[in-house]
Amino acid sequence: MKIKILGGSGCATCTKLEKNVRKAVEELEFKAEVEKVEDYAEMMHYGIASTPALVVDEKVKLEGWVPSVEELKKILQAEV
Amino acid sequence: MGLFDGLGGWVAFQLLKLSSNSQIGSAVQFFVSDSVEVLLLLAVMIFFVGLLRTYVTPKKVRKWLGGKSEGIGNVLAALLGIPTPFCSCSAVPIFIGFVESGVPLGVTFSFLISSPMVNEVAVALLLGLFGWQVTALYIASGFTIAVIAGIIIGRMHMEKEVEDFVYEIKLKESGEKDRRVTWSERIEFAKTEVKDIMQRVSLYVLAAIGVGAFIHSYVPVNFLLGVAGRGNFLAVPVAVLIGIPLYSNAAGMIPIVQALISKGMAIGTALAFMMSVTALSLPEMIILKKVLKPKLIALFIGVLFVSIVLTGLLFNAIIS
Repeated sequence: MKIKILGGSGCATCTKLEKNVRKAVEELEFKAEVEKVEDYAEMMHYGIASTPALVVDEKVKLEGWVPSVEELKKILQAEV
Repeated sequence: MGLFDGLGGWVAFQLLKLSSNSQIGSAVQFFVSDSVEVLLLLAVMIFFVGLLRTYVTPKKVRKWLGGKSEGIGNVLAALLGIPTPFCSCSAVPIFIGFVESGVPLGVTFSFLISSPMVNEVAVALLLGLFGWQVTALYIASGFTIAVIAGIIIGRMHMEKEVEDFVYEIKLKESGEKDRRVTWSERIEFAKTEVKDIMQRVSLYVLAAIGVGAFIHSYVPVNFLLGVAGRGNFLAVPVAVLIGIPLYSNAAGMIPIVQALISKGMAIGTALAFMMSVTALSLPEMIILKKVLKPKLIALFIGVLFVSIVLTGLLFNAIIS
């Protein structure tokens, strides 16, 4: 599984999403690669309208808000 | 104001047994009644705006505004900006998305101005501390400034002053249809918003109401009449300048401003200051530098500065 967090540097909510995602991955014991994308041109390729956004295997799963670790687990489990 | 005065009085005079004509007694009464009312209003307001936000997403706004002409487009953008707050770090994706979706530059700016200026935190605080008249005045002037400033920026034809890479980006519209959002998800989202925003602002709000209560009780009436009263025209631009670095602290500024008004600060000066705190934000300008060339940033700041100052002077002239 390849996970990307889209969000500029110095954006507090984006950092929080990254933290929650890493925690969810750890608790699920998934083998996943988590990467933060900070380049706007690359972010916009996904057609997002607001940050932070979560991309799993090149598909946008959510944007504009930060779910709790529990909710993120549900989202990630649905992708297996 | 008023609704929780009884509770404040009970805490100050019964529970803490402070004298009813002492300064500390009235300060405590002020603090308790104001903070209970403001925090309640804030939570309710954030919840409903959160629900609304699950319907009015930046993606839909972008679709609605695409190809709209000057005038109607600016009015619509300023209106949609009111229930659609965005974190300043979203300013760049929103900007690029708008430009790529064919939203005219001036219309994009109307949205970028009204969105942070008229937000649920500022509105809840204004309603709780100033009443509906001042709140309506604030919303109406924020809306008008967003429309007019957007039209002016649009007329300057600054398309060349946007960083080139913005035009080269191709938006990939995902083929998949947006999943239907359920009611329980909307409510969950609104509740998360209440929790997040309350966590972030309550401390500032309480501290500011505390400072406000102190000012109310200890600073002599008319103390500020000379410096910040209606007669001092220079006070308006100075207040706007002071507001620029105070971004993200609207929650912490409004209760203090309310106290300052009771000590002689003119209402126009106060409104101009609050608009500058919310709309002229230093971090947002720094972030927007990634997509705008210096000339357009300067125009953006200049137009906003002038329109906020003029609005403040206008209100000082007509409201006594």
